[in-house]
Amino acid sequence: MRLSESDSSALAGAQRHLSYLEDGTTVMSWLNTRDHKRIGVMFLAAVLFFFFIGGVFALALRMKLLQPGPFLMDALSYNRLFTLHGVVMIFLFLIPAIPSAFGNFVLPLMIGARDVAFPRLNLASFYIYLAGAAIAIFGMVHGGADTGWTFYTPYSSTTPTQVLPILLGAFVVGFSSILTGLNFIVTVHTLRAPGLSWMRLPLFVWGIYATSIIQILATPVLGITLLIVAVERVAGFGMFDPARGGDPVLFQHMFWFYSHPAVYIMILPGMGVISETVCAYSRKNAFGYKAIALSSLGIAFVGFFTWGHHMFVSGQSTFNAGAFGILSMIVGIFTAVKVFNWVGILYRGAIAFRTPFAYICGFLYFLVFGGMTGVALATTSLDIHWHDTYFVIAHFHFIMVGASMMAFLAGLHYWFPKMFGKTYPEGWGLVAASLIILGFNATFIPQFLLGNFGMPRRYYQYPEQFQALNVASTAGATLLGFGLLIILIYLFIALRWGPRCEANPWGSKGFEWMTDSPPTTHNFDEIPTITQMPHDYRTHEAPGVIGAA
Amino acid sequence: MNELLRRLLFLPEQASSFAADVDRLHYFVIITTFIASTAVGLTAIAFFIRYHRRTEEQTTPHIEPPLWMELLFFGVPLSFFLLWFFIGYREFVRQQTPPSDAMDVYVMGKKWMWQFAYPDGPNAINVLRVPAGRNVRLLMTSRDVIHSFYVPEFRVKKDVLPGRYTDQWFNAVTPGRYQILCSQYCGTGHSLMRGEVIVMKPQDYEDWLAAQKHGLVTKQDGAPTGMDAAPPLGNLVAQGRRVAADEGCLKCHSTDGTRHIGPTWLDLYHRREKLSDGTLVDADEAYLTRSMMDPALEVVDGFQPVMPSFQGKLGGPEVAALVEYIKSLRSDAVQTGPSEGPAYAPVRVR
Repeated sequence: MRLSESDSSALAGAQRHLSYLEDGTTVMSWLNTRDHKRIGVMFLAAVLFFFFIGGVFALALRMKLLQPGPFLMDALSYNRLFTLHGVVMIFLFLIPAIPSAFGNFVLPLMIGARDVAFPRLNLASFYIYLAGAAIAIFGMVHGGADTGWTFYTPYSSTTPTQVLPILLGAFVVGFSSILTGLNFIVTVHTLRAPGLSWMRLPLFVWGIYATSIIQILATPVLGITLLIVAVERVAGFGMFDPARGGDPVLFQHMFWFYSHPAVYIMILPGMGVISETVCAYSRKNAFGYKAIALSSLGIAFVGFFTWGHHMFVSGQSTFNAGAFGILSMIVGIFTAVKVFNWVGILYRGAIAFRTPFAYICGFLYFLVFGGMTGVALATTSLDIHWHDTYFVIAHFHFIMVGASMMAFLAGLHYWFPKMFGKTYPEGWGLVAASLIILGFNATFIPQFLLGNFGMPRRYYQYPEQFQALNVASTAGATLLGFGLLIILIYLFIALRWGPRCEANPWGSKGFEWMTDSPPTTHNFDEIPTITQMPHDYRTHEAPGVIGAA
Repeated sequence: MNELLRRLLFLPEQASSFAADVDRLHYFVIITTFIASTAVGLTAIAFFIRYHRRTEEQTTPHIEPPLWMELLFFGVPLSFFLLWFFIGYREFVRQQTPPSDAMDVYVMGKKWMWQFAYPDGPNAINVLRVPAGRNVRLLMTSRDVIHSFYVPEFRVKKDVLPGRYTDQWFNAVTPGRYQILCSQYCGTGHSLMRGEVIVMKPQDYEDWLAAQKHGLVTKQDGAPTGMDAAPPLGNLVAQGRRVAADEGCLKCHSTDGTRHIGPTWLDLYHRREKLSDGTLVDADEAYLTRSMMDPALEVVDGFQPVMPSFQGKLGGPEVAALVEYIKSLRSDAVQTGPSEGPAYAPVRVR
């Protein structure tokens, strides 16, 4: 039996030319690995699988909504399906997607480390994620829950569907999120290469660092809340159910105390990806580096004090609504500052329109539109009409799909050569990006209008005046799904048969490109010394490739 | 202009006194959003055209924004956001504060229907009749899970919670029929939990109410279901008096101002009560309901926490009737109508 990677430092000299992909090819060498890159790749495969499942659920929902009356499925199936769509997309795709897959892969490379601080914990995080996902799938197969991903009490504590496994699945996945966040914080604090001061950290690292803070502070509250609901269902414990003396609004406070910061868990890593890719494709330093870096921390901090804007119509006091409203305005500013600085990066750059750049353009437009409709929703009097309508659905899909997913796709294309040493077909990449951006607009702009029109969310049947806009939205969703399918196909082909690429195909001066593509098991033969900011394009030569064969 | 934008944005007609103000701010915010996102997009495209890559080895200058520019990035959006917030919050406070002259209607949501009860009139299922041009306050509670009362044309929405009361007021300006939608997910029948508001000309409304009171038109809007314990006969005050006697409330609470085991109900409504922990509370509908459901939580100073909880023993209509009965007990109220017996009628003290 061959030695596992982390025990083999004595053999590092002998293995210096092997990439992490070639260093052990058995299934066990993957399942038992402690290499952050392999764990990142396994996370990537898992989140892509759940993204596919969640996407299929979404398309099924859209198909039902072609007709105002009963169609394709009954009301209970529809309710289960939107619950599963939300749970899968949020807990199994969006939250782990960028931090656990890309963060794991590139963060240690970016800070010049050989691995994360706790490699075993990192592997444990992956298996905990799989365990949570397995419990949730068990629940889905055994009937699924019909509560919506928000699990509002007392509905969730009284419905006869299989809420328990879904709750427990989300609870267990939460631990994976906490452990990964903890690991990254310790890694950034202790394993930075010589010369890499905090103000030289790549902006992606800042984004992941801010995300990790939220993950370890907020996720325990979700765990507590879900556990109380579970105990309430099993033991008849009256915490949230008023029929047993509980308070249903207390649940909403506890749930949103996690779930509003969780929105930033889903978007901050995406903002980090965009900071990196904008610099790389415009060959330009980060304009307003400090503003972009510190605004991530600002979001992480202020984001904890805005949860009440989900509850403007729940009967909370008028004063509370005002306080939460004004705090929500302040959290919006940090995003605005980032957007202006990203546009500033382009000024006097040398911009190449590659596939990731198409996603960057989409991201900027969707983030501004989605973000400002969020500010509009935090404007108390406007929220009353829009609350729990399709306007809210469209708003957060603009952020979660329009911004986060675009950033995920930008990162996937940008780092695909880094991860696998292969290139994807550029032409197909641009075709898919155009389809996705077009399809996305066609899906969600009608949903904004549906919300204005007054269509509440989670409606199995709807009044007939809403049909035309629903049909438009379904047509857009089909286009969007088709675009994503193209990506899946060409990336799979590129992985098997794609041409090998050089170590730094983009000429990027991000620190993660200082090593081979794909990197060797221990990333660097010699830990690099950092002497400049990332993305410094004032000189001609590409950054030195350390550890290249 | 208003009409054009309203149609462009697919907004429903403006049928309440709030709607036009809400929509005006809506136009301001959405137009600014459009301009900002388009401007950001166009700037990015303009920079791409101007600064596209010429050679693969091209170098670029290192540029940092000056401080004034960062302050501008921070300050300009913040000013807009705060301006919207203050305009919106003023309107929000107006929407959340029912005027004192509003007529009350009790609303109960349950899977999956709406029930309306008038203090001096009939009950109705899924159809709420209100006079045009008059302030109407809805006092709402739920029998099972959380629902939400939504009338798009009025731009009003409020969650309807089990075990407590929320209120919502509006002034419907245009006679007509408007859909009530439940906007808080409540199960398989959620999307069919729809009702209707019929806004009537004031005179038509008075005629309808009089007809209801005289029993000429009974059960026009539907029959009570088997789950409703309280018969929808008589008015809410009379029902409340009966419930108070049946449930034994009057063993401890007097209605004539005398001190007994519990505080007297006379003049209780909107009395500033001092609680055992020293805080003052306004005895409004919400407090009265809470005191029935969780009596030990807010005990009036000087009384013992001996009252049992009526959670699960009293249904929504019974609670509404009791509250309405307590509201009717005013020492300064002029006694009108035929005497209904001496037992629990309020009498003037002091």
